[in-house]
Amino acid sequence: MAQRGICEYDGKAIFSKHWGKYFSGFHYGFRSVSVSSGDELRAKANDHGFEWLKQVPLVAKPDMLFGKRGKNNLVLYKTKKAGDVTLEDAAAWIDEKISYKTILLSGQKGTLNRFIVEPFTPHREDQEYYISATTVGEDDVLYLSAEGGMEVEEGWEKKVNEVIIPIMMDEANISHLIRANVPEGIPAENKERFITFAEQFYTFYRDMNFAYLEINPIVMIGNDMHILDLVARLDDTAGFMMKDAWCEAAFPTAFGMEDQSVEEKAIAEADAKSGASLKLTILNPMGRIWTMVAGGGASVVYADTIADLSGNVSDLANYGEYSGGPTTDETRFYAETVLDLMTRHKDPKGRDKILIIGGAIANFTDVAKTFTGIIQALEVYADKMKAIGTRIYVRRGGPNYEKGLKEIKEAADRLGLYIEVYGPQTHITDIVRMALEH
Amino acid sequence: MSALFTQETQAIFWNLNTSAIQRMLDYDYTINRSKPSVAAIVAPTSNNKFEKFFYGADEIMVPVFRNTADAAHAYPQADILLNFASFRTAYEVSMEAIGIKGQFRMIMVTAEGIPERLARKMNQAGRDAGVVIIGPATVGGIAPGAFKIANIGGTIENIIASKLHRAGSCGLVTRSGGLFNELGNIIAMHADGIAEGIAIGGDRFVGSVFIDNLLRMEDNPHVKYLVLLGEVGGLEEYKVIEAVKSGRIKKPVIAWCIGTIAKYFSSGVQFGHAGASANADAETAGAKNKAMAEAGLHVPASFNDLPHTIARVYTMLCEQGVIEKIVEPELRSIPKIRRGKEFICTISDDRGDEATYAGYPISSVATPETGFGIGDVIALLWFKKRYPKWATDYLETVIKTVADHGPAVSGAHNAKVTARAGKDVISALVSGLLTIGPRFGGAIDDAARYFKYANDRGMSPDEFLEYMKKEGKTISGIGHRVKSVRNPDLRVSGLKQYARAHFPKTPLLEFALEVEKITTSKKDNLILNVDGTIGVLMVDMWRSLGYSEDEIDTFIETGTLNALFVVGRSIGFIGHILDEKRLGMPMYRHPTDDILYNVTLADEL
Repeated sequence: MAQRGICEYDGKAIFSKHWGKYFSGFHYGFRSVSVSSGDELRAKANDHGFEWLKQVPLVAKPDMLFGKRGKNNLVLYKTKKAGDVTLEDAAAWIDEKISYKTILLSGQKGTLNRFIVEPFTPHREDQEYYISATTVGEDDVLYLSAEGGMEVEEGWEKKVNEVIIPIMMDEANISHLIRANVPEGIPAENKERFITFAEQFYTFYRDMNFAYLEINPIVMIGNDMHILDLVARLDDTAGFMMKDAWCEAAFPTAFGMEDQSVEEKAIAEADAKSGASLKLTILNPMGRIWTMVAGGGASVVYADTIADLSGNVSDLANYGEYSGGPTTDETRFYAETVLDLMTRHKDPKGRDKILIIGGAIANFTDVAKTFTGIIQALEVYADKMKAIGTRIYVRRGGPNYEKGLKEIKEAADRLGLYIEVYGPQTHITDIVRMALEH
Repeated sequence: MSALFTQETQAIFWNLNTSAIQRMLDYDYTINRSKPSVAAIVAPTSNNKFEKFFYGADEIMVPVFRNTADAAHAYPQADILLNFASFRTAYEVSMEAIGIKGQFRMIMVTAEGIPERLARKMNQAGRDAGVVIIGPATVGGIAPGAFKIANIGGTIENIIASKLHRAGSCGLVTRSGGLFNELGNIIAMHADGIAEGIAIGGDRFVGSVFIDNLLRMEDNPHVKYLVLLGEVGGLEEYKVIEAVKSGRIKKPVIAWCIGTIAKYFSSGVQFGHAGASANADAETAGAKNKAMAEAGLHVPASFNDLPHTIARVYTMLCEQGVIEKIVEPELRSIPKIRRGKEFICTISDDRGDEATYAGYPISSVATPETGFGIGDVIALLWFKKRYPKWATDYLETVIKTVADHGPAVSGAHNAKVTARAGKDVISALVSGLLTIGPRFGGAIDDAARYFKYANDRGMSPDEFLEYMKKEGKTISGIGHRVKSVRNPDLRVSGLKQYARAHFPKTPLLEFALEVEKITTSKKDNLILNVDGTIGVLMVDMWRSLGYSEDEIDTFIETGTLNALFVVGRSIGFIGHILDEKRLGMPMYRHPTDDILYNVTLADEL
């Protein structure tokens, strides 16, 4: 639950859906397609309403949440001269881009698989502006510049006007503030238009629960608005109120992050269905130390301590947590997933794997109940755990913790697994030290 | 005001979270609080007036309201709102509470994942109104030995083990709720426990931040040193550094930011809470820990070393004489097995030396020299109140007025017939009482209900008549068989006269009389009758006594007016029954010539 990026295409679709309501006096012809291959683009061109793909020069670029696409030479807008890209050029370019791994200037590496294709918009540089909005501290901030495109980021301090809008400010004052902060470089012919648009843009940003919204550049030709490049993040906690307004925008994984594994996806799905919280991120599948920690804060503390005390962060195989009173079944599923991952590989140096079943002193989670789920998983995976060599360290407190600790100790002993169990008298992360000093 | 909570602090709990409320009351009992920390519950969909909770081995009733405004009105001293609404409604609940002027000084919001924009508005509205918002996404806070919010501290066993039952000397602020307990435990083991602790909440936008709470604790003389557990992300810890540097915070601060792991991974992994992600180097846990250490805060080498740092600072303060040894208080223990009571009685008690009526021993109300009449006894047993004399006199007047209306009315007739069938007093009385209903004796209820309904909604007499016509209802309390304007019912005249002379005000009677003016202009006998007069005057009596409209509506709905008629008329019925018994009248059989027989042969189907 946080601020999450959406594709440029989805961002523009949200603009288009609400354009009439928010941007009166301006026109926006939403002509964009989102494709993942050249063939998909060619097929799209035969659909009703998309004839323009064959008729006008095009621009194609990846649509995968990363910026600086121009600097990365990932915007196709010319073959010989600007504005000569045909449907076939764009399709062939996309097919080429998806055929190999791309490394960005930032060092992020991955395969491109989603593109946005739009008409090429001929315009003069003085029609290009910059506008964005986000939250800084407790306030909204609107950024306005008479210069758009790549240039705005160089000399940002001089070129961009910041309009700080407190959360409770009324419309009249917002309007006044924006007018007072309009960039000087906006040509007289566009000044009033720019002011109006900036006010509308802010209202739209606010009402749609964006966390970040940037158009760079926005091209203003008369009353025609061209959103050439857009970056948007939504506050996904507002999702329950915005279901229809957000045009079912998806929250894709950032480029360069390996796509989620099957196991991570399964846990994410279980999390979505549950009132409790279940989180799993695999950091190093070959890692030696696996964690199954209850509680968001505790999980961070264990990860911190493992990195601090092992001296080698790659020892840490996973990060995750379960909290908020998961059922026995949910805990069993979570534990089985972790144990399954842990028992796939032996440690290359032949050492035992370490399983940390940790947690703080619970407020209301029934420890014995969640441990029942973990015990069930241990029963299934005991043989595999013994085959690769595993030491288990448990530390937990809270409702029914004595019963939980006693039962997990008995189960491990019965199954022939190495285990040490500790209650609240032992410092929460001290089991990490014990495990590493063993 | 430096301490956030005291032993006197009371909260209104929004949402019927019975286990959390029970934990608060268990805590209250354990620490010997004089009154429960939960004054009232708000549960918008509950039909209950109260919920039962254990208080030690006994049970107490905590009142339940449908909305915050009513709860606040009834408990003006409850200045904490524990907002346990879901992330969908928590914002509205907080905003409504902030809008109740002068009521709440703190609102704790537990929901995780309130839309950020709404959370920011809520937090700002709180700041503007001078209401401290704790949360969202928090388990709350505790002032050991005084007041504990909901589930914080966990089970009562853990609370005692972590010394959260009595004040220590540490002021603790964390983001995480789970780690709050852990820190409480560490501080109990390595120092003397905490004086006040707050978990500010894990969402990106929270109402009160570290510095707000630490400054209050700096000003609280019971707090001797501070422990801050921060987190990767945000710049709030730097405000604490500034306060230490400027000398605003003088007490020793032990601090650690969790999330040092984040530096090893690219931005894709979300470690911990929504608020926990570093957008700049200064927001990393490492940078903050370094900056805090440089500013002279006590920063351990790692989280695993935190207990030693706490022990070191605590020992130092003890040696300096800043912290004195705590005398451990007596605790009450919660019985292991508790059984809920099946019945509740709130009007009388027969367990002592002498049975009481609403706290008054019977001997203190029974004999004439006590000055108590039957009206006083009714006020005690029906309303659990001492009514002033004008009101008890009125109740008695009503009883006397309705005691009998001759042998011909249906109830008295039934009672007489039953008595003549040889049945005992009780059976005959009951047969008479069972006749009381919508057509016989029920007009008092209906008159009170409809006249009050119209008056509450500001209807004019004409609008009221129009309304009743549209509803297809006859107007209860209007009309008499023989009495009319020119031949007034003297019972009615007496009641009116008494009320006007002794009631502080009689607005509903005046309204009813306006209605009567119109009805009698149509037909001479459509007067306000005795049922109508009693009904509207009962409402006027309760209004004058300070009851809310809701309470009066409840009296009407629960049949209180009808009950008054039952009490009065029983006197008459018993008279008729005894009369029959004395006269030794034979079995009554209705003469056949008084019955129209119209019987045909049943059709075969």
